[in-house]
Amino acid sequence: MSHFLALYGKRLSSAIVTHFWYVVVSVVFAFVIAFILGILLSRMPKRANLILPVISVFQTIPGIVFIGLLFLYNGMVPSTVVIALTIYAIFPILKNTYVGIINVSENFKEAARGCGMSPFQILMKVEVPLALPSIITGLRISTVYTVSWAVLAAMIGLGGLGELIYAGVSSNNNALIIAGAIPAAIMALLFSLAIDFLRKALIPKQLRRDSK
Amino acid sequence: MIRFEHVSKRYGESLILDDLNLEIATGEFTVLIGPSGCGKTTTLKTINRLIEPDKGKIFIDDQDISQIDKVKLRRSIGYVIQQIGLFPNMTVEQNISVVPKLLNYEKARCNKIVRELLALVDMPYEEYAHKYPSEMSGGQQQRIGVLRALAASPPIVLMDEPFGALDPMTRRILQDEVSKLQKKLNKTIVFVTHDMDEALNMADKIIFMNKGKIVQIAAPEEMLENPADDLIRSFMGKHSKDQEALPQTAADFMRSDIYSCYRNRGVREAIQQMARRKVDTLLVKNLDDTYAGTVSIKSIRNHGKDLKTIEPLITQENAVSYVDEDAQICFDKLLNGQDSYVVVLNHDGTIAGIVTKTSMAKSLADAVWGDSQ
Amino acid sequence: MTLDMIMSHLYLVLAAVALTIIIGVPLGILAYFYKSVRKIILWVVEVLQTMPALALLGIIMVFLGAGKATVVIGLLLYSLLPVVQNTYVGLSEVDPAIKEVAQGMGMTKLYRLWHVEMPIAFPLIFTGIRIAAVTSVGTAVFATFVGGGGLGSLIYRGIRVSNMTMIMSGTLALMVMAVGCDGIMSHIEKRLYRRFSPRKTI
Ligand SMILES: Nc1ncnc2c1ncn2[C@@H]1O[C@H](COP(=O)(O)OP(=O)(O)O)[C@@H](O)[C@H]1O
Ligand SMILES: [Mg+2]
Repeated sequence: MSHFLALYGKRLSSAIVTHFWYVVVSVVFAFVIAFILGILLSRMPKRANLILPVISVFQTIPGIVFIGLLFLYNGMVPSTVVIALTIYAIFPILKNTYVGIINVSENFKEAARGCGMSPFQILMKVEVPLALPSIITGLRISTVYTVSWAVLAAMIGLGGLGELIYAGVSSNNNALIIAGAIPAAIMALLFSLAIDFLRKALIPKQLRRDSK
Repeated sequence: MIRFEHVSKRYGESLILDDLNLEIATGEFTVLIGPSGCGKTTTLKTINRLIEPDKGKIFIDDQDISQIDKVKLRRSIGYVIQQIGLFPNMTVEQNISVVPKLLNYEKARCNKIVRELLALVDMPYEEYAHKYPSEMSGGQQQRIGVLRALAASPPIVLMDEPFGALDPMTRRILQDEVSKLQKKLNKTIVFVTHDMDEALNMADKIIFMNKGKIVQIAAPEEMLENPADDLIRSFMGKHSKDQEALPQTAADFMRSDIYSCYRNRGVREAIQQMARRKVDTLLVKNLDDTYAGTVSIKSIRNHGKDLKTIEPLITQENAVSYVDEDAQICFDKLLNGQDSYVVVLNHDGTIAGIVTKTSMAKSLADAVWGDSQ
Repeated sequence: MTLDMIMSHLYLVLAAVALTIIIGVPLGILAYFYKSVRKIILWVVEVLQTMPALALLGIIMVFLGAGKATVVIGLLLYSLLPVVQNTYVGLSEVDPAIKEVAQGMGMTKLYRLWHVEMPIAFPLIFTGIRIAAVTSVGTAVFATFVGGGGLGSLIYRGIRVSNMTMIMSGTLALMVMAVGCDGIMSHIEKRLYRRFSPRKTI
């Protein structure tokens, strides 16, 4: 073990840091974009049966495709990974934001209107809070997937934990595979724990019903 | 004072509000009543501009409301809807202080309002203020709905069948509470209902609508004495002087929302259906929908374990009647036989419904005291 | 693009889904029957799904070596969650009245499970299977990195040699597969729900 650490310790720690930042930056970008887009789309609910299938179809594109395509256009730079992961991470959050807001019952919106809230106030005080469980579920899906697809950064030589797994697989070095896989798994679990924590902090427990 | 002048509203081809003219005096409790779909809700919503009329004008204290900013207008009018409409993401305190906060009242003032209002309906602040709507009963939730409407002391409060979803007891209690509040705070309340009891119990003035028109505006006693037409008379039901004719045939006493299944159904399926419906017998139909007989849970329990379908367990012992059979004969079968219901058939042999002791009592009660829906 | 790759992709997904059903449904039943293992089972399948796919495949590869077996096992572990969870939830939500009547007729626990509770829970279980299948189509792309073939290889090779057509045709095939799988299974699902929902005869 100590032998291993001496050999790969530095590589491992830098891989973890790179991986972590890929995920955080991409998910934050994706969240901001998806949240705003989701709200904009929810303002045209009449097109819901058009919008939703389109989002769902895009969601079936695997992350590798975005990374690959951007690699061809953008080259071997970190922004390729971040942009690709961001694009990928947008869809689950977008879908859940949109669906969450669309599903807020007309009763609450009418009550809010009757109270004299402006459309923007209705959005921020009623629609978004009520859609929050769904939005956070989307955030969690996106984050977990992003940790997973960020492994592919190594495919185009851009580091992260995938680099160890990748090198291990191609050189049949089991220790290396494990050294990449275990931290990646732990990172995914920690991210999802953090989001659960966020959920608890943001949503009163009386409203916490849907978790999946 | 609220005044409607020639107010009309259309949805597509249909005229929903037809040239309404009316006045509601300040401090008066006005009830809008009429059959479902007659335009009560639409009328109410034109007052806080959730709906804009196509023609005509509405004035509040002689000011044309179409000239007032919508959002401002709504903050000065309380609004309570049937489906309660408390925001589930906010506590009781937050719900009540929605409008005060929109009006930028200070925190301390909001809190004071919440405490005062909760005290008004005997709900201790410490116990309720921090509860979420989902933690309270329907009656408590709707009390909070009413308080929320009162929070910014609006002179006018609109209520759209606010107690429609509550059980009769709670409903009665809340009616009395709201009446008291209204007297005490001297509000102008416009209250929509389709329940004449409620109207008579609460109103200073009743406006009866039908098909988008006002049929009669009168104080409760006056409407009781001189209903303008037969529709109003029938709404008065038990309260009005002359009665409708008593129901006569088996069909008048039956309930038609019954559970039946086809004779080739599996035993297990039949059991599931009974369990789901909480009944101990099922009516069975032939494949052409004609009545085949009945199957009881007892016979399934005793003999059904090894059977595939319920077919062998069908019996035709249950008493049967036809839709136009004299009610009295039908009653005899029910009261003197040992069956808990009488099956009522149409003349083509299909099932029309069943008469039970409950359905009989209910129809009689409706006939004597009016339709209590 | 070769038909081979599509077929091998389909094969991976089908094998994984079949195994997921064979293992996931019993696990769900176990969780339903035994409170003591419920938490563990539900927790483990959730953790498995949270793991990055390639990390999971890598770990399995350490034991099983490169090849299709690794991929199928990986996909299986990855897609247990929806099947186990929906089996458990579907069974728990069967109307207690129905369970009582069945018990009252003297059915044994297992007989009841097979003849009453499973049929009622089936539509929800099927939903779980659909989710598992659609997710597997996408996840199977990782197969190429552990020697499992499939459409991932096509896309990966396209990236290596900068061949746009390869990438696009691979992606399109994947999307069609995922959307088609989802469409067909949703259709069946709707009919299941309709058939199992309470019948109103009057
Ligand atoms: N947005 C709408 N579009 C078309 N028709 C409507 C709309 N809202 C209400 N209506 C129709 O207007 C009529 C009056 O509705 P409403 O005022 O809600 O009746 P009430 O409250 O008396 O039951 C009904 O026939 C209803 O179907
Ligand atoms: Mg109405």
